Amino acid sequence: MKKNLKIIGKSHKKLDGKERVSGKAVYGHDIELPNMLHGAILRTKYPCANLISIDTSRAEALGGVECVITAKDIEVSNISFKRDHPVLKNGTVNCNRDEIAAVAAVTKEIANKAIRLIDVKYEVKEGVYDPIEALKEDAPRINEFGKGEEKFGNKNIAETFHYDHGDMEEQKAKSHVIVKKTYELPRVTHACMATSNITAEYSEFDGRLTLWSSTQVPFLYQRDIAHALKMDPSKIRIIQPIIGGGFGSKLDMHPFEPICALLSMKSKKPVQILFSREEEFVLSPTRQPMIITLTTGADEKGKFTFREVDIIKDNGAYTSWGATTPFVMMQTFSSLYQIPACSFDSKAVYTNNPFAGSFRGYGNPQATFALETNIDLMAEELGMSKAEIRLKNANFKGEVTGQGLHFKTCGAIPALEKVLEKSNYDQRATERKEGRYLRGVGLGSMLHVGGGAKIYRSDGCGTTLKLDDYGYLTIITGSNEIGQGSETVLAMIAMEELGIDEDKIKVINTDTDVKPWDVGVHASRTSFVAGNSLLGAIKLIKEKLSKKASELLEIESDSWTYDNGVMLANEQEIKIDKVAREIHFGSPHELCSVTYFYEPPSSFQDKEFKGDVSGNYAFASQAIEVEVDTVTGNIAVLGVHVSQDVGRVLNPVGLQGQMEGGVATGVGYALTEEMIYEEGILKNPSFHGYKILTTTDMPPVHFYPIETYDEAGPYGSKGAGEAPLIPTAAAIANAVSDAIGVRFNSLPITPEKILRALSEKKEKELVS
Amino acid sequence: MKIVFKINGKQVSMEVKPSLLLIDLIRDVLKLKGTKPGCLEGECGACSVIVDGEAINSCMYLAINVNGKEVSTIEGLTGTENPLHKVQDKMLEHGAVQCGFCTSGIVMTTKAYSDKCLEEGITPTREEVKKSLEGNLCRCTGYAKIIDAAEAVYKK
Repeated sequence: MKKNLKIIGKSHKKLDGKERVSGKAVYGHDIELPNMLHGAILRTKYPCANLISIDTSRAEALGGVECVITAKDIEVSNISFKRDHPVLKNGTVNCNRDEIAAVAAVTKEIANKAIRLIDVKYEVKEGVYDPIEALKEDAPRINEFGKGEEKFGNKNIAETFHYDHGDMEEQKAKSHVIVKKTYELPRVTHACMATSNITAEYSEFDGRLTLWSSTQVPFLYQRDIAHALKMDPSKIRIIQPIIGGGFGSKLDMHPFEPICALLSMKSKKPVQILFSREEEFVLSPTRQPMIITLTTGADEKGKFTFREVDIIKDNGAYTSWGATTPFVMMQTFSSLYQIPACSFDSKAVYTNNPFAGSFRGYGNPQATFALETNIDLMAEELGMSKAEIRLKNANFKGEVTGQGLHFKTCGAIPALEKVLEKSNYDQRATERKEGRYLRGVGLGSMLHVGGGAKIYRSDGCGTTLKLDDYGYLTIITGSNEIGQGSETVLAMIAMEELGIDEDKIKVINTDTDVKPWDVGVHASRTSFVAGNSLLGAIKLIKEKLSKKASELLEIESDSWTYDNGVMLANEQEIKIDKVAREIHFGSPHELCSVTYFYEPPSSFQDKEFKGDVSGNYAFASQAIEVEVDTVTGNIAVLGVHVSQDVGRVLNPVGLQGQMEGGVATGVGYALTEEMIYEEGILKNPSFHGYKILTTTDMPPVHFYPIETYDEAGPYGSKGAGEAPLIPTAAAIANAVSDAIGVRFNSLPITPEKILRALSEKKEKELVS
Repeated sequence: MKIVFKINGKQVSMEVKPSLLLIDLIRDVLKLKGTKPGCLEGECGACSVIVDGEAINSCMYLAINVNGKEVSTIEGLTGTENPLHKVQDKMLEHGAVQCGFCTSGIVMTTKAYSDKCLEEGITPTREEVKKSLEGNLCRCTGYAKIIDAAEAVYKK
């Protein structure tokens, strides 16, 4: 499958990089429409309360205020994945994000002032902030729209998943070691550099709504907005300005978005809502906090026997797409390493905390942290090397897992071997630890979808190509650019296949009125799905071009080459723009334009969640070295070795950027990031209180791609974007344990936790 | 209050409220939208601009304080001869830009620091380059490419 290519596989600068680096790129914050108003939202003061009264009269009387809305003024449907979330709240509020009223005014200042003039009387209630408390029989019902009682036998359960394969009893009997541990994973947030934003313009003349939105799933979003506002989806046009970071945060539609549309409908003017940084911390979705109880077994030779998983997820007050993260987590438990028997149960439980959403990795960093820690513990009990136990059980090419995932290619073993070699693992892991600074090395591996994920009725992507009279190519793709570099990869594919220069290629991808359908940016799917879609369209346009070129040159050939604006066959050549013109102006007068829709060859999972859900699968391992300062508790990450099966490298510099960025978020998850909630209120809503990595915290990342040339992907490639952060926290936790001999069952591993653990260890040693 | 200052080489005089922040003057009054509002509390560096040679957070700086001073924003780096400044070229070349929201601030911070280094005739170490950018947050790149690009600016 490997063929020699000119463009693919060589580093290429970002296609629209000049706009971004010169400040010319237009983000949502930069949009100004004529007569535009500024919107602001009043949110609840208390996370759990009855609303007694809402008096907006003083706000309405303020000069410059054009409209004020509350729940009683609007006719909308509940939103969210489970339709359990009212756009504006009436009667009760259930978490600290809850929207009570909204204002549109001529300036931001007036809008914010008006919000403060709205008088709300509350009857404060005691909230439930612990999912285990929420599961108790005497707990109050948290979400009045939840169907937990009927569906799951408990009023506060929002969603459950069960999966199993293999003969559990037989495998338990075979087990020589069994390790059972409970892990607690924190709430962390995306912290996109651009805060959430939306600009809405409703036309009363034709009932059409235009939204400038930074959604990462525009066609699902169009449907969600339509559902919320009880509109025809086709009357809603979504335009994506340049998006200042996504990472999964823009998968769900949130209340502020239909609220902005409603303000525009009522005021008959364009309205813009921009979040402050504090709002962004409080209001944007988070990774799921969860409690994972994991039991795993291995036989005396270290072969894995079974896994039993029980997960309680803090759903928060409403249900987002985040409730479906078990789709991904169960893959890790059922199929990362060979595993004969697996049983998986998860419950998403309503609480009065804010609701979690989707976040790069989609449950997988949590699952991988639990699993890779358990593997280390089993190796320790067996007296086996942590490298050996992983190699012995690693996934392999041709494997069909208990869940039905088919690994047609598999770089798991090469990736693991590569990081073991490059980190000098065997030597590092056996070094003596003494002194103030203790070093350790840890391993973590991961499995993630690499070729989309068949969750919606279609996992496809459409492409329209236009080759104009002058030989310029426009790629109109359903896929989205959120900074990850998908446009660049698409342009590279077109350059490779059609021999057209970069300066003659445009990528159009921001307007649902123009572009063909696509699910959106999620599941590391864009290069895979949009790349395959583009290749399909290129095949069609080549058929058109070669037919006309054969006619013009009076030759017969089915092997044309495209190079430098020229088509060549049988030692004759013709300029591609000339052929395009002849298609257009010559009989029978057609445009040199084609449309193609690509649907991945993956299949839906059955009711038991079994099936080959992705076009291919990505594998990766990380070996991370840390140094723990036993006096301060600080952990320095000295180096991160990442090896990942990416199928084939498309754009090396873009891929490396995904690796480094992913690892940075993974290190934050492991060591520094945590949203601190007290009774449902966020205590650290700023970059001062919530620590993402800075330049001086960032460890060196050494990346070794593994190329397995998977037939399903464009040029053999696999999705790569989410993987680099998935095993990072696991590998760091294992490295810390290697350094100081203490296990941590929760993240982040802060200096306080280190010092407490060291002093407890010392006490224990003294006692014994 | 009346203030007179230079912005991107051009002399400007205008009336401003004493409470007006420099970022609001730049974005809302002068409509120079390349300077980005990341946090408005001096934590993220996205709004960095150069005032008399120093990179500052324009969200923590009152507009009246630019009176008599020279302000450069990202728009001021785009020349007629070279469409991009060397700092911008290096950022692009090294793949330092993903979503790009932090980029203006990173470019301006690097520009100010590189001018200073040039003036003092020093080539900073990688650690010093990292330190110079510690106040600029980025969530996409993991910084490695940004530091590579900035280092390339300083290489003779």
